[in-house]
Amino acid sequence: MINNNAATINTTSKVNDFVVKFANTNGTGSASANNMFAKAIMRMGIPVSAKNIFPSNIQGSPTWYEVRLNENEFLGRRGGKTEIIVAMNAQSFIADIEDVAPGGYLLFDSSKQIPEQLLRDDINYLGIPISAICLKEFQNPRQRQLFKNVIYVGALAALLDIEFGVLKTLVGDQFKGKEKLITPNVYALELGFQYANNNFSCPLNYKVERRDLIGNRIMVDGNTGSGLGAVYGGATVVGWYPITPSTSVVEKFASYCQRLRIDPATGKKNFAIVQAEDELAAIGMAIGAGWNGARAFTATSGPGISLMAEFLGLAYFAEIPLVLINIQRAGPSTGMPTRTQQSDVLACAYASHGDTKHVLLFPESPSECFEHSALAFDLSDRLQTPVIIMSDLDLGMNDHLSAPFIWNDKQKYDLGKVLSIRELDNMESFGRYRDVDGDGICYRTFAGTHPNKGAFFTRGTSRNEDAIYSEKSADYVKNMERLERKFSTAATLIPKAEISSGLQNTQIGLIYYGSTAQAISEAKHILHKQGIPVDLMRIKGFPFGSEIEKFIDQHEQIFVIEQNRDAQMRTLISTELNIDPNRLTPVLCFDGLSITAKQISSDIIHEIEQQIPNQEVV
Amino acid sequence: MSFAKSKFRHKALPVNDLGLTYRDYEGAISTLCAGCGHDSISSAIIHACAELSIEPHKIAKMSGIGCSSKAPTYFLSNSHGFNTVHGRMPSVTTGANMANKDLTYLAMSGDGDSASIGLGQFAHVVRRQLNMVYMVANNGVYGLTKGQLAATSDRGVKNKVGDTSLFNDIDLCTMALQLGASFVARCFSGDKAQLVPIIKAAIAHQGFAFIDIISPCVTFNNHPGSTRSYDYVQEHVTTGAVTDFVPTREEITAQIPEGEFEDICLHDGSILRIHKLDKDYDTSNRLKAMTDVEEHKQRGEILTGLLYLDPTASTFHELNNTADTPMNQVKQDLLCPGERVLGTINDSFR
Ligand SMILES: Cc1ncc(C[n+]2csc(CCOP(=O)(O)OP(=O)(O)O)c2C)c(N)n1
Ligand code: SF4
Repeated sequence: MINNNAATINTTSKVNDFVVKFANTNGTGSASANNMFAKAIMRMGIPVSAKNIFPSNIQGSPTWYEVRLNENEFLGRRGGKTEIIVAMNAQSFIADIEDVAPGGYLLFDSSKQIPEQLLRDDINYLGIPISAICLKEFQNPRQRQLFKNVIYVGALAALLDIEFGVLKTLVGDQFKGKEKLITPNVYALELGFQYANNNFSCPLNYKVERRDLIGNRIMVDGNTGSGLGAVYGGATVVGWYPITPSTSVVEKFASYCQRLRIDPATGKKNFAIVQAEDELAAIGMAIGAGWNGARAFTATSGPGISLMAEFLGLAYFAEIPLVLINIQRAGPSTGMPTRTQQSDVLACAYASHGDTKHVLLFPESPSECFEHSALAFDLSDRLQTPVIIMSDLDLGMNDHLSAPFIWNDKQKYDLGKVLSIRELDNMESFGRYRDVDGDGICYRTFAGTHPNKGAFFTRGTSRNEDAIYSEKSADYVKNMERLERKFSTAATLIPKAEISSGLQNTQIGLIYYGSTAQAISEAKHILHKQGIPVDLMRIKGFPFGSEIEKFIDQHEQIFVIEQNRDAQMRTLISTELNIDPNRLTPVLCFDGLSITAKQISSDIIHEIEQQIPNQEVV
Repeated sequence: MSFAKSKFRHKALPVNDLGLTYRDYEGAISTLCAGCGHDSISSAIIHACAELSIEPHKIAKMSGIGCSSKAPTYFLSNSHGFNTVHGRMPSVTTGANMANKDLTYLAMSGDGDSASIGLGQFAHVVRRQLNMVYMVANNGVYGLTKGQLAATSDRGVKNKVGDTSLFNDIDLCTMALQLGASFVARCFSGDKAQLVPIIKAAIAHQGFAFIDIISPCVTFNNHPGSTRSYDYVQEHVTTGAVTDFVPTREEITAQIPEGEFEDICLHDGSILRIHKLDKDYDTSNRLKAMTDVEEHKQRGEILTGLLYLDPTASTFHELNNTADTPMNQVKQDLLCPGERVLGTINDSFR
């Protein structure tokens, strides 16, 4: 028997702390309804996170959208069983029933009966004849499909006590300019809302209560931040090739440019974008533009990074600014294209043959995607070298609660050491690769600047300080040493690691970076409750600053938390800072889903417990 | 190594409209094999630019990798140059051009660089109608890696180690025509009378100008049995640095009257029959140009001259509707929407 009368099964009441998961079919238009649900919670002042789990096939496969509410700001993926599942996909139905936590709820379309053998008696079933309602209420087949999603959002509003007015204003905002769509959407919401109110005892014992915890934060995905950051950073030239999950970086850049970078007088564009024939061409274009003094970028993911390696070496050696936004996904090879990982760390740090090293930035949130992407143009111009932003699918494609994007109008683009015609005039002689200031960064000139001074030949082959081709050992060594010096200068320019010390005399330090940050405050909380206080350090860039070595020195035990199999950041730290790898204990997650606080804390506790007997032996 | 040339110039040298002589358009002393066709191309470029009175610093020299791609070092030393990676000059030039459309882009590539590793980029830069001059120094072999067969080698041809080209050759002019280039020409490096004006026309052309230049390779066009051949010399000379020994040859030159052909004897003794377009040739017919190239080929001739020209074609920037100011000169206030706009953007995410 289906228990349709909610809350007959014992459940502990939870306010603003649970997970709702939507199981949908790809291509049925559920994304905007699900997003509306998450946004409504944010607008009620409650911290919320949303994760899309989607397949790499285009249509018809199962997708899940996981919404977590948490007043303590624990917004990483929680893992474990789910309190409320909206099961709209027949394909994943069995698994979805399995996934409901005991005492939890399964909201489903009861237009068709569920086979008896699938029923569990430790969960609640909330059957709503959604298809039947749509069939009756809407004529147009597309609407019948789309409004199914809106109906369950309406029902959830009643079940979870979400303010209906908030949903109504959201619909209004979403369809601004397309007013015709507002009425039917609100009607669909009401259908769901009424049905739930009339048939279940609403609200459930999981519910949403208004708070004031959001402040001025926004909810947005990291790729929007990256694309917009490139607009603010002054990028004018983009060469790119589509690849999940980086595609929307350029799409966002393009759409903001369409709005903000068209000269009103002439209708002409202050930007140029080419969808290249492949990643080789995409990065080639960015390099050509950087060489000519325009701010240029490309965005890609793992397979693209592999293809771009040869050109990255050229840009490093010929010293050409370039911004590369890497939205990491699960590899190797094509791997899991729609799953997340942090597994390109080494490939990017050392991309290309020979002794090559690149500057990396590791944003943790959409606002930092914005900040890093704008900053990367200054950095790469100042350093005359590629700067790679290491975002990932989770950060890039999921909506996150984030600080707002920040720009200060006083910020002026820093083009670094570029000689003007006047400066060239006043110079006795110019040598492209002379380390005039001792920081490893040389002066460059652009084509077209001066009629007879400053021209030089850029090449990937060895040369002397005056850019003349040279295979003399001394010239080569001098150049390579200068590049190393430049890399040390880079360490002083990139953002410092962020350190948050907990209690005094804490012996354990956790090192993490990028999107792993979402799970950290919760992991720290769990560890603390277990009597394990920890200090935290978030690495924001490579090359590493001296603060990183110091943090490691100050702690007896260091855990490096990352989302790849081979502990790549641990390798990079140990190699670059010459630290015994045994000092760094890896905590790893590489299943393609975001790491959880539970996993981090239990791995650390397990490791510490194992050490205790050893200590007692002494 | 490249060597700087002496700055000395004879007072009687003619000057152009800018007051510059040919010497002002020269580059470093060539380190290519003496007699290499690529040097003749460099020389033609020097003449073309000097005669057009282009300010050298407004020219950007772009190339890939290969002997041909090294050539830009040997002309226009007052221009910026970029020797990129093998086969990928087109994308770098595209980016450079996107950043600054006001320069003249003179690109030099080889048949290996463009017809093999770079065929994809070649095709796409043609499609995109970039305003540039794309020259392929076509010697039918890989020079820099010592004589492998190129994709432009005629079927049945043998290289110096005796490998036979088993497959059909790629004709870059036919490809360029098919892909929509608005200027397509084929020349012979030794025929300066034809090459210089065609380079000048290509520079003047607003749009994508492609010139396939047959450019004999002294070193790897040598036939077995010759006592001057590379192999022979390698076998008979016992001093060090043998692999760097290259026979010195005279540059092959020719002056073919319009509408006629001439048989040109290459360094290896093989004959190229070069046919020059006649005066009345219709350069506005893309399809006919393709057929003409093919028909001459079937007769064992290489048709040279300006094969096709569309003077009205749009350029990449026109098609993209980019601003008149080059992208690398647009000021921050036009690029950065500023704090206030960001505030409203933030609001859209609440
Ligand atoms: C990725 C890569 N593969 C191979 C090479 C080696 N390589 C250098 S030049 C060249 C061929 C050059 O031939 P072509 O373009 O015909 O120029 P030529 O030397 O005949 O003028 C090759 C294969 C390289 N530099 N880079
Ligand atoms: S090897 Fe051939 S192509 Fe290369 S420089 Fe010598 S003659 Fe020219």
